[in-house]
Amino acid sequence: MKIKRRDFLKGAAGCGVLAAVGQPANAEAKKKERLPGALGFLYDSTLCIGCQACMVGCKKANEMPVESSDLLPIWENPRDLSAKTLNVIKKFESGTGTNKDQETDGFAFVKRQCMHCVDPGCVSACPVSAMRKNPDTGVVTYNKDACIGCRYCQIACPFNIPKFQWDSAFPQIVKCQLCSHLLPKGEIPACCSSCPTGATVFGPTSELMAEAQRRQQMEPGKYYDYPVSSLDSGKNFSQKAASYVPQIYGENEVGGTQVLMLAGVPFSKLGLPELPEKSYASTAETIQHTIYKGMIAPIVVLAGLYYFVNRSQKDKD
Amino acid sequence: MSEAKPVGGKVFTGPFLFFLVITLIGIYFLAKRFMFGIGAVSNMNDGFAWGIWITYDVVVGTAFACGGYSMALLVYVFNNGEYHPLVRPALLASMFGYTLAGVSVFIDIGRYWHIYNVFLPWFTNFNSVLLEVALCIAAYIAVLWIEFSPTFIEASTGTKSKVNKLLIFFIALGILLPTMHQSSLGSVMILAGNKLSPLWWTPALPLIFLISAITMGYTVVIFESTLSALGLKRPFETDILAKLSLVIPILLVIFLVVRFGDLLMRGQFGLAFSGDLQGNMFLLENILHIVPLVILASATNRKNAKMLFLSACCLMLGGLLFRFNTYLIGFNPGEGWNYFPAIGEQFITYTIISAEILLYMIFVKKLPVLESHGQAKV
Repeated sequence: MKIKRRDFLKGAAGCGVLAAVGQPANAEAKKKERLPGALGFLYDSTLCIGCQACMVGCKKANEMPVESSDLLPIWENPRDLSAKTLNVIKKFESGTGTNKDQETDGFAFVKRQCMHCVDPGCVSACPVSAMRKNPDTGVVTYNKDACIGCRYCQIACPFNIPKFQWDSAFPQIVKCQLCSHLLPKGEIPACCSSCPTGATVFGPTSELMAEAQRRQQMEPGKYYDYPVSSLDSGKNFSQKAASYVPQIYGENEVGGTQVLMLAGVPFSKLGLPELPEKSYASTAETIQHTIYKGMIAPIVVLAGLYYFVNRSQKDKD
Repeated sequence: MSEAKPVGGKVFTGPFLFFLVITLIGIYFLAKRFMFGIGAVSNMNDGFAWGIWITYDVVVGTAFACGGYSMALLVYVFNNGEYHPLVRPALLASMFGYTLAGVSVFIDIGRYWHIYNVFLPWFTNFNSVLLEVALCIAAYIAVLWIEFSPTFIEASTGTKSKVNKLLIFFIALGILLPTMHQSSLGSVMILAGNKLSPLWWTPALPLIFLISAITMGYTVVIFESTLSALGLKRPFETDILAKLSLVIPILLVIFLVVRFGDLLMRGQFGLAFSGDLQGNMFLLENILHIVPLVILASATNRKNAKMLFLSACCLMLGGLLFRFNTYLIGFNPGEGWNYFPAIGEQFITYTIISAEILLYMIFVKKLPVLESHGQAKV
């Protein structure tokens, strides 16, 4: 190629700047902390009897349509979360499936819904802020008036929570919003108020964490009091403590979640993903904000490019 | 600068009618999609929320449309005026590639009537990688039409337009914008986190996507030039392509060093030999990058039109597979979800490709795009 050495060096310098713009940065983002007013609930798989009252309560409170997985629908039995079901109880079973909360020859229940992450992937992903984290309660809500239906929230959610109405010409994203329409009325989320055993209890995440830690210290087989509906309901339920796996799911997963979980079998058996402590949102945002900080780098590059293009035109004249 | 002339000739040829029929079938499925929802024509689901419309039409489509970007980089930044005859056809293909990627986004997003929300400051989320991609691509589509506008002016007035300061600004912008969004198309999948195989999930995705996009740009120029020569019965531009193709092995070495260096540093290289679909696709993806590197490293091969075309085809498949791997094949949402594109969904993609070819055919025949001598003067 007939390139003048000087021109080549100039061009190479220009490309160096371009490459620097594309270069991922290693600067660490500050880890997002739990909001002081963060709300959530604690789900204790060992207390759950699989009655699905929470599913019924959820459907009623959120006016969601019924969903049947049978060919001849007699009753409602959604198999998993969907655009019609915001909250679901699923069952793990192994071997003979006779012993509750046992990994071999046992069974256990798990409740699935939005985890209300401390640093939610969906909120980071959404180009139009349709997914928002409430600045006081930390509840992750959805605004259909902003949503363009790009479904990046679905790609970005490590728990596969947001669902899309595939069969609608005017679809929406659907997800649990912790009954945020009930909270201002002083009510608690329907899944918590309808749970008869205290498996799902509502409260501030900090207090839920303390409760989860208390339960992890319990001696299996001894009787303890468990709060029902919400931590401050005053209603208690006495129950033999189960043997918990030594993990509070949601304490650290992808930077923590406001919903916390306890179980007697490993969480991977319950279909919950093993996740790193650092949120993927913080990784993506660190790279993006380093490159585009104040739009300085792009403007500098644009000025450089203008110089090069202008020069190449002059050379020709 | 412009010795470009319309090719002329009949528009309604056999191939033209073939692509027209495909486009019409696709329009039927498009009607279905807008009347009954995406689920009526597509196999996309809550696990695989993005299918071939995003992966092929947008991610691969815009990479294949990087010809204008890569040529501008070479001609304007590296100051190689000799390649100027290749700029205009490359720009044309880029213009269609990007415009149709924009159309595909409109088809793909569920709430398309809200699409303008990405421009409303009270909705925009500057933490969103996808917002950056959306704004950049929208701006670049406009820039491409402006950059191409001298061609329209020449066609209607018969006079060569002079490059003015404003156009220089748009040419510069036309290099900046793809640098931004082609790298961000890599950043997009960082949020997929645990759902994307470590063979593709890396914080270096933006850099790898950018190098790949620039490489694709030069590859596509060779590919399109050869096809134009064959289809429009013009002489091959082998001389100039031979020179241009030297850039590709250099870029490929950089691409492979970053790609494998990153994998080794993260200690995930072993996954390539796991024997599963993802491992095998990773190997195939890299073979499709290494074979053209070997071919084009030889000066004799670079002067051979067949070898050039073969390497270009290989590399386009490689770039395509890299993007399919990152967005679909390496992506596993778990919980038993799977995805294979439905017929209707496929036809909508074929329609996008056909529409692009149809428009390219009309434009080169009616507008001064291609160099009149076929062989460019050096």
